[in-house]
Amino acid sequence: MTATEVRAGSGGLVPPAPARSGRRRPVTRRRLVQFAFLVPALVYLVLFFGYPVVKNLMMGFQEYTTRTFYTGEAPWVGFANYVTAVTDPVFDQALLNTGLFTVGSIVGQFTIGLLIALFFHRRFHLSGVLRSLLLLPWLVPMIAASAVWRWILDTDHGVLNRTLDLLPFVDGRPAWLTSTTLALVAVIMVNIWLGIPFNATILYGGLQEIPEELYEAGSLDGATGARAFWHITWPLLRPVVTVVLVLGVVYTLKVLDVILGLTNGGPANATQTISTFSYHMSFREFDFGVGAALGNILVLISLVFAIVYLRLNRRAIDE
Amino acid sequence: MSAAVPIARRTSGGDVAGSASRVPTPRRPGHTILGVIIIAVMLFPLYWMLNVSLQPAGNAVATPWLPLDLSWDGYATALAEQGGNLVTSLIVSLGAVVFSLVVAAPAAYALAHFRFGKWVVVLLFGVLTTQMVPGIVVANALYSAYSDLGLLNTYVGLILADSAAGIPFSIILMRAFMMSIPASIVEAAYVDGAGPVRAFVSVVLPISRNALITSALFTFLFAWGDFLFALTLTTSESMRPITLGLYSYIGGYVSDWSPIMATAVLSSLPAIALLVLAQRYVAAGVTGGAVKS
Repeated sequence: MTATEVRAGSGGLVPPAPARSGRRRPVTRRRLVQFAFLVPALVYLVLFFGYPVVKNLMMGFQEYTTRTFYTGEAPWVGFANYVTAVTDPVFDQALLNTGLFTVGSIVGQFTIGLLIALFFHRRFHLSGVLRSLLLLPWLVPMIAASAVWRWILDTDHGVLNRTLDLLPFVDGRPAWLTSTTLALVAVIMVNIWLGIPFNATILYGGLQEIPEELYEAGSLDGATGARAFWHITWPLLRPVVTVVLVLGVVYTLKVLDVILGLTNGGPANATQTISTFSYHMSFREFDFGVGAALGNILVLISLVFAIVYLRLNRRAIDE
Repeated sequence: MSAAVPIARRTSGGDVAGSASRVPTPRRPGHTILGVIIIAVMLFPLYWMLNVSLQPAGNAVATPWLPLDLSWDGYATALAEQGGNLVTSLIVSLGAVVFSLVVAAPAAYALAHFRFGKWVVVLLFGVLTTQMVPGIVVANALYSAYSDLGLLNTYVGLILADSAAGIPFSIILMRAFMMSIPASIVEAAYVDGAGPVRAFVSVVLPISRNALITSALFTFLFAWGDFLFALTLTTSESMRPITLGLYSYIGGYVSDWSPIMATAVLSSLPAIALLVLAQRYVAAGVTGGAVKS
């Protein structure tokens, strides 16, 4: 193989000159070899992301139960699964919980994550080591973290309530995971804890990219402290903030491990979200059609959010 | 741990030690103290996990603040009851690492170096879109497919499903790295008579060693921490990853927390080991990456 061929093969952006038409065959074969590099990944992504999405769309319109696994029959039922899902008394609560869980988690994770990032942005002794340690909650399996939080939040013997007992102004022992009013708060709290490392690390990376000279120039014009933050840091951090928030919401909407690990969606559906509700319908009630319908609703919410946010954000940057 | 795609930074991994070594770090004892307090608060639950795991059985009513009455009974019980599940998780995670790298590395190289024109953008967008697909949607569809194909309760089935987080992550991370490999190096291999496959294996892969290691570490952690596929795609006790073993522990009434926390500690060991042994790769994995904005 000669160097000219290499250039001809890799020059895909330039339209091939007519003089090269004699070489089309080797170029085509080269193209095939190049395409072969992509094939395994394409096949995988189609099978493990494309297929499930399409299959769920179809299952949403089918009566798909345990019987389907024996008879192979899944009759079409139109929108019946969606009607069942949406009219279920749990649905409204799950939708509200999904909203509260997502907004609460993101606001908490992002705010605390940003404060920690800003703090670590000023270098000091041990800052590197401490920053790596901060990653630990994010790296351990979520279900392990949920397990220990379950014990920490235990009403009678948990270390949180034992600590609260020592404080003079707290009455009684909050039933973090077993009261219908507190369980969602507790689950959000734990999810904030889990998300802080991710937010802090990405935002820290963003802060590091802002040139130091800008702050030096800003301080000459009197922009220090909060003014420097709002006039220099925030505008320049914006692209990173967008990525963190969009990914954060998309990931939070589909959270399952934390909720199943802490409360299993209970007590009395107080922590049920669309995601756990979908799991419940498919793998507890074995009504895969309704589970699929709920999964599709979740994808739709995620999609609408991403599109709306990115649109609004683009407009805000353009102005 | 939910999947995460590496994000928009191109800090080239040097942010842990690189910037600190050039300028002497200013002494700010107040900052150091506050920093230690922040990290202590954040890591307290993990300390508590360790503390409870080292308590003797029967101390479950109110765990003392320190494991003064050191006992390894929790670990003995955990290993006896969950040792097999740890091995299952290890096999599945290592399988997912090998499979993900074999699938993702060629694709990353193709997206970085072959001129596919606008298709590169389309494909990258497709890879990013996978992040929006909820795990429950994938599990829902895979369950029936796996049931038909006889893949429930199999290593192959779990390895394939557990690569779902690692493959998109690895494609994006490795592509970003491979973009920085000069085309001239690869062309030199062509001049020496190597074909695209030889050039990839003997030139590109060795240069990309760091990106491969980072991808491998994260794919391992994703697969190791997977809970949803373990929960939905296995039905028998003989094929049970450690995350599911832990879940079944906390599912029932708990009378003794020390074996449970010992299991949690054991299931966290890979994360801790990676942070200690491969800190710079972990930092590169979280911040390094693609999607130039």
